[in-house]
Amino acid sequence: MNKILRQIYGVILALLLVAAGVGLQRTGTITLFSNPNSYSELLRLLWQHLYLVGVSMAIATVIGLSVGIVLTRPKFRAYTSIVMYIVSLGQTIPSLAVLALVMTFLGIGAKSAIFALTVYSLLPIARNTLAGINAVPSSIIDAAKGMGMTTMGILWQVEIPMAMTVILTGFRVALVINIGTTALAYLIGAGGMGDWIFTGINMMMTDKLIAGALPVTVLALFADFLIEILRTMLVSKGLRLTEE
Amino acid sequence: MGTLNFILKNIHTVLFLTWEHIYMVGVSLIIATLIGVPLGIMITKNENMAKKVINGANIMMTVPSIALFGLMLPVLALIGEGLGKVPAIIALILYSQLPIIRNTYVAIKNVSPSIRDAGKGMGMNRWELLKEVEIPIAIPVIVAGLRTAAVMNIGIAAIAAYVGAGGLGVYIQQGIDRVYPEMILAGALLVSILAILVDGLMALAERMLTSRGIQIQKRLSR
Repeated sequence: MNKILRQIYGVILALLLVAAGVGLQRTGTITLFSNPNSYSELLRLLWQHLYLVGVSMAIATVIGLSVGIVLTRPKFRAYTSIVMYIVSLGQTIPSLAVLALVMTFLGIGAKSAIFALTVYSLLPIARNTLAGINAVPSSIIDAAKGMGMTTMGILWQVEIPMAMTVILTGFRVALVINIGTTALAYLIGAGGMGDWIFTGINMMMTDKLIAGALPVTVLALFADFLIEILRTMLVSKGLRLTEE
Repeated sequence: MGTLNFILKNIHTVLFLTWEHIYMVGVSLIIATLIGVPLGIMITKNENMAKKVINGANIMMTVPSIALFGLMLPVLALIGEGLGKVPAIIALILYSQLPIIRNTYVAIKNVSPSIRDAGKGMGMNRWELLKEVEIPIAIPVIVAGLRTAAVMNIGIAAIAAYVGAGGLGVYIQQGIDRVYPEMILAGALLVSILAILVDGLMALAERMLTSRGIQIQKRLSR
């Protein structure tokens, strides 16, 4: 029974792939991809996209991690709920609205796009860092103290490794949202793959539309996969075993 | 100030666009609930299936919204619906699935077995158990999933203006095209306010739908 089902799945998958291939051919996407001129254009846009994602994510990770860590220190614990309230309010605001708001104040260009993307990606990272560190059981911290570890030692060797899974989840959410929002950055003049998507929609050029939308989708799925690999590298083996 | 004037001067258009926005999000949320909640309940019986369904919804969520509109456009164009509200509503339904299914699944799974046994002991059948015990206990978490979906959908519906779906995103789109800051600000602010408002209302609904007994229990355990 299972074997038959699997064969049916296989056939359906193959048919879907063929249909997708025929669709790509019919809409002229394959011709567009194989044209050397558009090929270099694609690489340029993809590079622009990755640049926007990379820079904004790097800044957001540094700020988000530090904000999250600082807020778990006893001195700043009192501000936790207020900051978390602001963060969750910020996440409620739609990405397009954030881009539009930033544009009206900072004008068009890559700088304002990076600013908006950074602010928007910062929120999930900060929230998950805070939640992850706060969820570390106090008994483990006590054990570390009993072993004579300093506060810094506890942070780097106990709290952060323990919170890594949750931090990475926040990073993943931020990264996937970031890649999708960067596709909108074209609207405020920052380029990226959104260029082809919006040109395709506006001019009803299906080939350009698909040639823009497909790489962004693949990029987002690839980023998701990358985080999974990162997880096996950064989360300690013992924790991974208990999770499974 | 200019933005406020702009909104007041165009109050009829503003109200219409807001209505359009709410309509899109509302319709898609209702359809998504009708698909997602039964699916979420169904997969609690089958661990293997649950993993597959949630993984699938997760992958769906990863696809950037504007890319999804782009990929759906040529397909839906075959039936003459490439632009407009249809692709927008389909996308919104697809994106809502992950929070709704996941929350329903987790909530029903977390109903403690002793409560379920008590229900069985009272002679409830499978359907009564679901209706009288499991769903009332799970409803706050299910509504929390709907809340996440609704807030997210308001943001995606704004992007849908670019495929001609209307809504408040139209102000952002046209404002950017015409370099008209008041219009952009009006669109961005109204969408944000709508999202924050819906978030608050759903939080209220979450609290109101929690049964009295659970509320008291929560207060006591605090």
